[in-house]
Amino acid sequence: MLKQTGRLALAAAVGLGLAAGAGAAKAQTPKSGGVLNFVVGSKIPSYDGHQETTFGMIHPIRPFYSLLIRVNPSNPQDPTDFECDLCEGAVPEPTEGGTKYTFKIRKGVQFHDGTPLTSADVKATMDKIVFPPEGVPSARKAFFRSVESITTPDDYTIVFKLKFPTAAFIPALATPFNFVYSKKDLDAHGMEWHKANVNGTGPFKFVQHQPGAFVEGVRNENYHLEGRPYLDGFKAIAAPKMAVRLQAIRGDRAAIEFRGFPPKARDDLVKALGDKITVQESDWNCVLLATPNQKRKPFDNAQVRQALTLGIDRWGGSKYLSQIAIVKTVGGVMFPNHPLAANEAELLKLKGYSKDIEASRAEAKKLLADAGHSGLSVDFSNRGVDQPYKVVGTWLVDQWRKIGVDTKQRVQPSGPFYDTLRKKKDFDVSIDFNCQSVINPIADMTKFLGSAGNNYGSFEDPELEAIYAKIEKEGDATTLRKLVRDYETRALSDEASSMVTLWWYKINPHRSYVKGWKIAPSHYLAQHLDHIWLDK
Amino acid sequence: MTTISESALEAQIEDLEDKTPWHQAAMKMARKQPVGVAGLAVVILMIFAAIFAPWLTPYHPEYNDFAAMLTAPGGEYILGTDQFGRDIFTRILYGARTALFVGFAAATIGAVVGLVLGVASAYFGGAFDLIFQRVMDVFMAFPLIILALAVVATLGTGTQNVIIAITIPFIPQCARVVRSNALAIREIPYVDAARALGFGHMRIILRHMVPNVMAPFLILFTAFVGQAILLEASLSYLGMGVQEPTPAWGLMLQGGAEEYAESAPWVAIWPGVAISLAVFGFNLFGDAVRDTLDPRLRSR
Repeated sequence: MLKQTGRLALAAAVGLGLAAGAGAAKAQTPKSGGVLNFVVGSKIPSYDGHQETTFGMIHPIRPFYSLLIRVNPSNPQDPTDFECDLCEGAVPEPTEGGTKYTFKIRKGVQFHDGTPLTSADVKATMDKIVFPPEGVPSARKAFFRSVESITTPDDYTIVFKLKFPTAAFIPALATPFNFVYSKKDLDAHGMEWHKANVNGTGPFKFVQHQPGAFVEGVRNENYHLEGRPYLDGFKAIAAPKMAVRLQAIRGDRAAIEFRGFPPKARDDLVKALGDKITVQESDWNCVLLATPNQKRKPFDNAQVRQALTLGIDRWGGSKYLSQIAIVKTVGGVMFPNHPLAANEAELLKLKGYSKDIEASRAEAKKLLADAGHSGLSVDFSNRGVDQPYKVVGTWLVDQWRKIGVDTKQRVQPSGPFYDTLRKKKDFDVSIDFNCQSVINPIADMTKFLGSAGNNYGSFEDPELEAIYAKIEKEGDATTLRKLVRDYETRALSDEASSMVTLWWYKINPHRSYVKGWKIAPSHYLAQHLDHIWLDK
Repeated sequence: MTTISESALEAQIEDLEDKTPWHQAAMKMARKQPVGVAGLAVVILMIFAAIFAPWLTPYHPEYNDFAAMLTAPGGEYILGTDQFGRDIFTRILYGARTALFVGFAAATIGAVVGLVLGVASAYFGGAFDLIFQRVMDVFMAFPLIILALAVVATLGTGTQNVIIAITIPFIPQCARVVRSNALAIREIPYVDAARALGFGHMRIILRHMVPNVMAPFLILFTAFVGQAILLEASLSYLGMGVQEPTPAWGLMLQGGAEEYAESAPWVAIWPGVAISLAVFGFNLFGDAVRDTLDPRLRSR
């Protein structure tokens, strides 16, 4: 899955970079010292991981915190490889028929203010995430629908009792937003305190945040993993413009950007810096969707929605858009590299996934004519972010034009865009996305349910809900796969209540002296920085 | 207008009267203002391109052709193509429509409203003038682009809102200049005479005062068109103006220029040249109009 590539013209340079990066990382002993400068292309809404969802917060703030368990940073591409962070030993296996998980908490861990960590802190944290008091936002509460109770038999043991066995629990627990807070802070200052204050057990201590400029962290000498972190500190530099981020890396004012650059930016950097740049690439657990608003006519008509999805040339888009945008992979409802994801033969059965685009477009036009909506006009809401929203949006406008649909693209900055998507709902079709951190397909695919809090199609589909209810509790892999196909066909083809465009593709060109960082299938993962070192 | 005022006005408004035929005046202006004529030629070229765009290019400005993405200038695509394979020459031609539409609409509305308000402010004077001018001061305290950005941020993006955003900062600029000219005209006896004859305020303002401040108005108007084109391009570049896939010069700069400036510089160069030429053309033409209409400069 991990691919480190360059174009033919740049192959030599990239090859050198890869050899220097991947090969050397295995052979070399990590060096301590140095400050990692990296650029971040988004703002920090607040420091509270439990309620935030953006990489703009994760990248600069995650290094101050620890999790109970985390994705193994040495093997982040494996969706099942988790390791203990604040727990001891290996990640525990469930007992009592898969409904009980018992974690032993690491001893001797201290918060940055000197308070010792106990299981009470982990429980207080998980209670805030899983059972938040009314009015306290918890962005990932739904991930823990299976949790019945959380108890602490002693100071260093925490037990999660589930309502039913589910493979979705451990990945949900490893979500990088689940920062462990001090119970003392929550009790003394309340649930809002962490929005503007930092006190964790992470590898770095908070030094300062200059809004709009940078966040600075310094090594935590009492960090619980021996010999870590390797860095003396880090500086997360705010740079909303991509051109600025690129130039920062090019001019060595920053060593890396963890979200991802489009292919052209990669090529420019490699061309300019040769083996001083290492490129890491990966499929990305992020997909761009087009969501029809079924509260508006004629988008309540399945024929119209099917016509729109039939009009999209996904295979052609993959070939060309992957050259100019951070999208690439044709896929269905599930992260393409997961064993449960549809293979090509299965995808081809879905409406809009045929490789004979002319036949699909003819069918789309016929469907529109049959529905009485030839010459349909669409008010298409999009987010004012170039990569990949505006690029894919502009492509969609052209795709739908080819089936006779007149699309007016309405681009708004992120705030008003979300307002339109979530509150006003005054759009015909909107760009939407499903970006997750830990690959947890059973949880991630809830996005396509009409009842999901993050589905903005304004529809009810009891049949889809029924299929999902079976998926959630199904233990047999073959049956599960069949159910996932049924779910996918219902959501994307029969009802076309969501339109999957293309899955994202992550490209991280970085300074070759940055070692230890391995690209993950999500820009949220492995951002604690305790494994990164500088070979300077 | 009464005979009483005609003699009194003759000396002061002679610069506004042109008794020579238009073509002779134009030739005279061309001889005296060759740079202005060059500006006018650019403006006419731009209007021509905007009107006849469909006949000047075989391509559609919004159609993607990925097989031709980022083709260098020359051959089939005279100015090259952008990242969506769209012909840049075609988008420049159609972009002139957006620029001219926004430019003329914003300049016309802004200048006309400013003209009427400026003359009215001078004519009524007193408390109305005082309060009105302080309101104008508030608007003029903000730089043009900041005020336009604030308006777009409030109203949202799109061509209509861009026109409104550009129009609003123009109004106080025009009103202030026109008012200063109108203050002098207000003191001329024919205005008193019109009032004595019982004419209404509206008639005095529109029929007797406005025509006599046309010189500064025309100068401002031509300058406004250039400024409006530049502002539209700036707002679109900042992602707050016209939206993709509409062809607009600023948007063309915003879409591809940053990302492809190094590997495909033509994506940035041609829209930049178009914006520069258009603004340069309108500014040169505006300067020539000013030199022609302003009696203090005419004799030089």
